[in-house]
Amino acid sequence: MQTLLGDQPIGYLFVAPFVIFLVAIYAYPFFYSIYMSFYDYFFAAPGAIVDRPFVGLANYSRALQDPLFHVALRNVVIFLLINVPVTVVVAMVLATALNAAIPLRSFFRAAYYVPYVTASVAAVSIWLWLFGGPGLVNKVVGPLAPNPTWLVNAFWVMPIIALYVTWKGLGLYILLYLAALQNIAKELYEAASVDGAGRIRSFFVVTVPGLRPATLLVVITSVITGANLFTEPYLLTGGGGPDNQSVSPVFLLYRQGIEQNHPGYAAAMGLLLVVGVLIVSAINRFVLERE
Amino acid sequence: MATATTPELTVTTRPEPVQTPEQGERGWLRWVRLIPLFIGALVFILPFYYMVVSALQKDPNPNISGAFPNPNKLSLDNLININNAINLPQTLLNSGLFTGGVLLATLIFGVLAGYALAQLHFRGRQVVFYTMILLLVMPFQLLIIPLYVLIARNFGLADTLVGMILPFAINPTAVFIFRQFFLQLPKDMFEAARIDGASELTILTRVVLPLTRPALLTALLITFIGPWNEFLWPFLITKKLSLQPLAVALANFISTSAQRGPNPYGAILAGATVLAVPVIILFLIFQRRFVESSIGSAVKG
Repeated sequence: MQTLLGDQPIGYLFVAPFVIFLVAIYAYPFFYSIYMSFYDYFFAAPGAIVDRPFVGLANYSRALQDPLFHVALRNVVIFLLINVPVTVVVAMVLATALNAAIPLRSFFRAAYYVPYVTASVAAVSIWLWLFGGPGLVNKVVGPLAPNPTWLVNAFWVMPIIALYVTWKGLGLYILLYLAALQNIAKELYEAASVDGAGRIRSFFVVTVPGLRPATLLVVITSVITGANLFTEPYLLTGGGGPDNQSVSPVFLLYRQGIEQNHPGYAAAMGLLLVVGVLIVSAINRFVLERE
Repeated sequence: MATATTPELTVTTRPEPVQTPEQGERGWLRWVRLIPLFIGALVFILPFYYMVVSALQKDPNPNISGAFPNPNKLSLDNLININNAINLPQTLLNSGLFTGGVLLATLIFGVLAGYALAQLHFRGRQVVFYTMILLLVMPFQLLIIPLYVLIARNFGLADTLVGMILPFAINPTAVFIFRQFFLQLPKDMFEAARIDGASELTILTRVVLPLTRPALLTALLITFIGPWNEFLWPFLITKKLSLQPLAVALANFISTSAQRGPNPYGAILAGATVLAVPVIILFLIFQRRFVESSIGSAVKG
């Protein structure tokens, strides 16, 4: 018995709660989501017997033709195009600067991490106040302020959301890059210096390639974050405004699935997005492993 | 469902930076390096300073001068206003219960699972581990709708503390951290304890946990931030005001604030300060835990 189950079968007892949790919270909803997506599912009073007809792939084809779904996907792309380069460049520069023997290092490290640990509802409040019509940002930029103002301007709304999320998450990436810098072999710097590379050149030929795994992680996290934005379109732009120009995928799921009582449709959109995210991670994996 | 990012892991075991290529650095270069660091620190910190000073002005002044108010004119009126609107003690208590429940479940069940995955040999262990890794990669917010249907409709747990805690109950990232730390402990130690006749539960509570206190603290700190800051799930599951955590109550206050007179920001920012400050203080106190790996010394000593 002991050899059949392993040396310490009590391990089953120890992992049981966690396994039950994973099945109930992760696996089951996933399969339930697939089921719902094939039905015209809707909420009814508890105990009521209602007919939820099988609709085949109708929810999926509706999602693929839904202009708002397209806007949400476009917004993920805009988010990605701003979030990734800004995060990579700023985190790389600040991590490299932090990696030297400098005074106040732990102060800087803590300062960069503060937005990351702050509740998004609190951080959004600050940005609402800063970027509001009569807010401080407009007072500083004066005549350069866009009209209509930032968060109600169809052009500026997504860039501001992307900058907000970048600002909030950057501390984590600085620490990640700082950790990745420790893994670059010193010999590489010595070899570069023997070959006559200066400080700047060795940054580009040694540091930047050495940080590639961390950079690829930024890309994949950015896709997931972009798809999962909720507090931002809900609070910062008052429900995906202006004119739905800042809707995110998760915000659409909420609106369709809960506000408008089409959970079957929302489940289909969610699954399409899961597939999309998994494809991006697979590509990412592939690129990483080819090296 | 829980914030499924693993990146913190690398951070927790990271040694202090090595200061090699820059030795013998010229003085001016040191200062050049500090410039971007200072600008960065201002960008990250000033908004929080601005939040606090604006919250302390009875009618926050959006002009540049508003960032430097006369200290004699500061008041706590906004705190009183927001407290009247969303009952701070109650909502803070709800946030605390939500977070506390998650911490407790993660500490008990997460440690057990982490220990089993690291040091116990049983058939299927690898399957559990790789399933966990796979699930950590999945963006589960995208499955929020079926989760809501399941918990709120099928289980009837809407507007209950259990329903709020359930999706976060065991933080998989914390389980992962526990496992990584338990793996680093020397095998001989376990063999010796087992030969002495100690049960696995005794080994875990008497030997392993005292040695891995820093890991526990790191994992709990990361776990704490999740539910305390979480908005979407408790927002979906709690419609009753008396059960809403502070983040949800404040968000509802913000989204209806247009009808609350000309300048609702004082009250909003006062609420934001109350929401943000506990976590920031915790983080500042335990900052070193994020970067320190005292496990090495604990084992060697």
